[in-house]
Amino acid sequence: MTYPDDRRYTKEHEWVRVEGDIGTVGITDHAQHELGDIVYVDTPKIGARVDQGKSLGSVESVKAVSEIYSPVSGEVTEVNGILAQSPEKLNQDPHGAAWLVKIRLSAAAEITNLMSAADYQSYVGAES
Amino acid sequence: MKVRSHITQNEALLFEMGSPGKVGYQLPSLDVPAVDAVAALGRENVRAEIEGFPEVSEVEAIRHFTRLSTWNYAIDLGLYPLGSCTMKYNPRVNELVARLDGLAWAHPYQPEALAQGAMEVMARLEAALAEITGMDAVTLQPAAGAHGELTGILLIRALLEKRGNPRKKILIPDSAHGTNPATAAIAGYTVENIHSTASGMVDLAELERVVDKDVAALMMTNPNTLGVFDDNMAGVAEILHKKGALVYMYGANMNALVGIARPGDFGVDVMHLNLHKTFSTPHGGGGPGGGPVAVKKILEPFLPAPRMKRLRNRWAFDYKRPRAIGKVRAYYGNFGVIVRALAYILAHGGDGLRNATVDAVLNANYIRRKLEPFYDLPYTAPNMHEVVFSDDRQAKLGVRTGDIAKRLIDYGFHPYTVSFPLIVHGALMIEPTETESKLELDLFIEAMTAIAKEVETDPQLVRSAPHSTRTSKVDEVGAARRPILRWKPRETGSQTAD
Amino acid sequence: MRYLPKSQAERRQMVEACGVESAEQLFSHLPDGVRLKRPLDLAPGISEYDIVDYFRARSAEGASGYASFLGAGVYAHYRPVLVDTVVSRGEFLTSYTPYQAEISQGTLVTIFEFQTMICQLTGMEVANASMYDGSTAVPEAAMMAARITGRDGVLIARSVHPEYREVLLTYARNQGMPVQEFGYNNESGAAELADLESKINDATAAVIVQSPNFFGVIENVKRLAEIAHRHGALLVFIFTEAVSLGILEPPADADIVAGELQSFAISPSFGGPFAGIIATKEKFMRQMPGRLVGETVDSRGNRAFCLTLATREQHIRREKATSNICTNQALIALMATVFMTVYGKQGLRELAEQNLAKAHYLGAKLKPRFSGAYFNEFVAATNGKTPDVINQALLKKKIIGGVPLNRWYPELENSMLLCATEMSKREHMDQLAEAWQ
Repeated sequence: MTYPDDRRYTKEHEWVRVEGDIGTVGITDHAQHELGDIVYVDTPKIGARVDQGKSLGSVESVKAVSEIYSPVSGEVTEVNGILAQSPEKLNQDPHGAAWLVKIRLSAAAEITNLMSAADYQSYVGAES
Repeated sequence: MKVRSHITQNEALLFEMGSPGKVGYQLPSLDVPAVDAVAALGRENVRAEIEGFPEVSEVEAIRHFTRLSTWNYAIDLGLYPLGSCTMKYNPRVNELVARLDGLAWAHPYQPEALAQGAMEVMARLEAALAEITGMDAVTLQPAAGAHGELTGILLIRALLEKRGNPRKKILIPDSAHGTNPATAAIAGYTVENIHSTASGMVDLAELERVVDKDVAALMMTNPNTLGVFDDNMAGVAEILHKKGALVYMYGANMNALVGIARPGDFGVDVMHLNLHKTFSTPHGGGGPGGGPVAVKKILEPFLPAPRMKRLRNRWAFDYKRPRAIGKVRAYYGNFGVIVRALAYILAHGGDGLRNATVDAVLNANYIRRKLEPFYDLPYTAPNMHEVVFSDDRQAKLGVRTGDIAKRLIDYGFHPYTVSFPLIVHGALMIEPTETESKLELDLFIEAMTAIAKEVETDPQLVRSAPHSTRTSKVDEVGAARRPILRWKPRETGSQTAD
Repeated sequence: MRYLPKSQAERRQMVEACGVESAEQLFSHLPDGVRLKRPLDLAPGISEYDIVDYFRARSAEGASGYASFLGAGVYAHYRPVLVDTVVSRGEFLTSYTPYQAEISQGTLVTIFEFQTMICQLTGMEVANASMYDGSTAVPEAAMMAARITGRDGVLIARSVHPEYREVLLTYARNQGMPVQEFGYNNESGAAELADLESKINDATAAVIVQSPNFFGVIENVKRLAEIAHRHGALLVFIFTEAVSLGILEPPADADIVAGELQSFAISPSFGGPFAGIIATKEKFMRQMPGRLVGETVDSRGNRAFCLTLATREQHIRREKATSNICTNQALIALMATVFMTVYGKQGLRELAEQNLAKAHYLGAKLKPRFSGAYFNEFVAATNGKTPDVINQALLKKKIIGGVPLNRWYPELENSMLLCATEMSKREHMDQLAEAWQ
């Protein structure tokens, strides 16, 4: 698996891709693989305020629940509706169609706290 | 193979087999004038017919449920080696006595003078459980184990509140059952996990470090979920008591101790019992249970109302309990379960109960000895009533504990407990109980041994099990992704499983 | 001993296989201070015959042969023979929770049918596989409402079963959920809407009412729901008399329905075991406590069922679970399922109509204390006599009268709650009425 370098990564296996003041957030391929078959995604409501490193929602497999930690702070502007109907998309295309939410960044500088694709690649390499 | 598959019949859901106007009942003719529902209740309060409700005859009803019953495994069919679940034989005389008119039809508000028999049964069970646990008082009110747990923690909270500070935390060993943290949260406490030592015991040094003025209690299971008795019990209790905290014992594993050792004698302040485990009342496919709570004297004033008291020559309910935690359920408890548990205790008697414990521990150790050559045993301390292996050797060949469990079904057995306790990676948790014959245990051991060999010769056979069941591997992922939780007529889409 | 299936010779073989001298040696690792050094102080074991004898004697100390007008949350309804026939089958009686779906389809199908019938009966969209009982379903419903609304206040009608209210208070105290009661109308016996209006506010998570309420009076669910919803709170509807749902409008305007199924072929059994339920709208499904069975397929594509949405439960979510409960009341729920099947669409209606007719026959003789419409129980004033005097007189005629209400409602002195079901005979109702004179 190669991780796209148009975005930054967290140690908790989320990614964020920033365009202007909007960050698109998702979980990594490594995360979906560890979770197994994803059956439900609990996302925040539009307008919700989130903080970097704090819970953004959760993903569930049949027998586990995992928190999603927000890679950035800001306000949720969009939620990916596809996940409510087809949670399996998160297993199939975690870096593309199965993004989770879009967030209007309140502290753009925060993303410097996050890892590059190369760093993340070696991080998950070391972890597994 | 122990069990051969037999003819099992197909069976539709009740909603798919009815025909309008078909009935399975007849009421007696009314001996009073009929009443017009709309006039008596008001038009707005009277419902239309119950759409979709069953319309079948008595014959179809009995066949429906009888056919469905043949799709179940049950203790009456064979060994049920679920660890920590204590699936023992459910004596049938218990069913008979629980259905005797004067007990089964007793109304909780009938006059005490007409409830003396029922109250005597409750009092006698309370006394027996107090003797078995070495505690001072017992409440039968909690409906099941988790409910007993909650009651126990609320009792601790009440005592600490009276002492001036309810405190904040409950300590829970990492080998604990999942209800423990959930219960602590419902009782308004936060949870702090503590680690086990390499031999699976509570780490005294760590305990000493973490017990402070914020700790209300330690919730421990003993023998723990590895089936290992914690030798440090006295030390554990001392550390907590010294700091004004209490010891709660999770009673799910009491089948290892009855007649051998009493929690009340080794420092436990409060515990619950699972009547549907240790005391043989049937699981019934997941309830009802019974979760009595036994306490030391210091906690007695907080037990929920009513308590029974003996007047000169009769039992009476005492509702004057100013310090009680409040009721945890309506009425007095799962009385029907209480009757069955007492019948079990009467059948065994004191010595018999102890003999049962000895056999339970013997059975577990026999399985351990026979399966040790084939399965990895991560904790080697002496075990009591259950034994926990890991799938370490099989995992190297790509077969996990869950696969082995499913393959066991093909050999005619219910699986053991899979992947619990969490401190053992890939756990196989086996509790045979005392009510298994040597033949049944040998068949189980043969099956487990054969599977271990299959893992080496044909791992795919094990991974794709079960092969012999009426229903093959069930798609739990699909069920969770698009939940269908009730039947609906075909056109609205319940049957279109995509 | 008959429950221990081993000969001494077999035990010896097993002891040898374990590499010990005796089975006792398997306990030798226990610290000395822990061992019990005397036999348990319990009588020696007895035969099956003696066990039956003992319990027959206890049963004889009960109320067999008495006619009873007790209700108040526990109702005497006829139990069709099929109910015990089905639940006595070892495959249902002695099976475990159906985690292993491949060998538990029997239990799973019956639970799926149960969930469906509870939805049909209550007008809700999803129902769980059952709870301990009606009383414990109340705090579970209140906590569920708190999770959904993000609020913590609870308003419960005083006309809800007093023991249910006590159970709610026990739970709420430690959940930081302030509970307030609102009164009943002294005329109608129904919940006092003006009192509710004056107490409800934007911190209210749940408004909890029971219908028919503890006095037997039918509540105006539509109006109550309208008030709750106007303030952003949920309406929790409680029922204790399930047979009433055979004739009464289902509480479709409520958000959560929590109830007790004892009336559906579950013996009064001195108060338990019973089976409670929680049912709700689909949108609240993930906040609902308790087990759920869902439909799916097996690997051959055949319809199959399994436990599902388990991530709500304690063994996965631990301290964040929707409840600490880890069981349902499967066997008791199966009794209710068989009952609903036997009576069916037509039978449950006819059964409810018989209850209505019996209670109104009695009501016409005794003049209910409240004016609100009632189903099969009502409060009767005792015309100056104390309830005890009347009940004592009735006992002499082998009749158990009603439940005196002053134990929970001091203002309702000299009144009792009476219930008549399809099992109440006209002659006994006539005798009861005579005792009033």
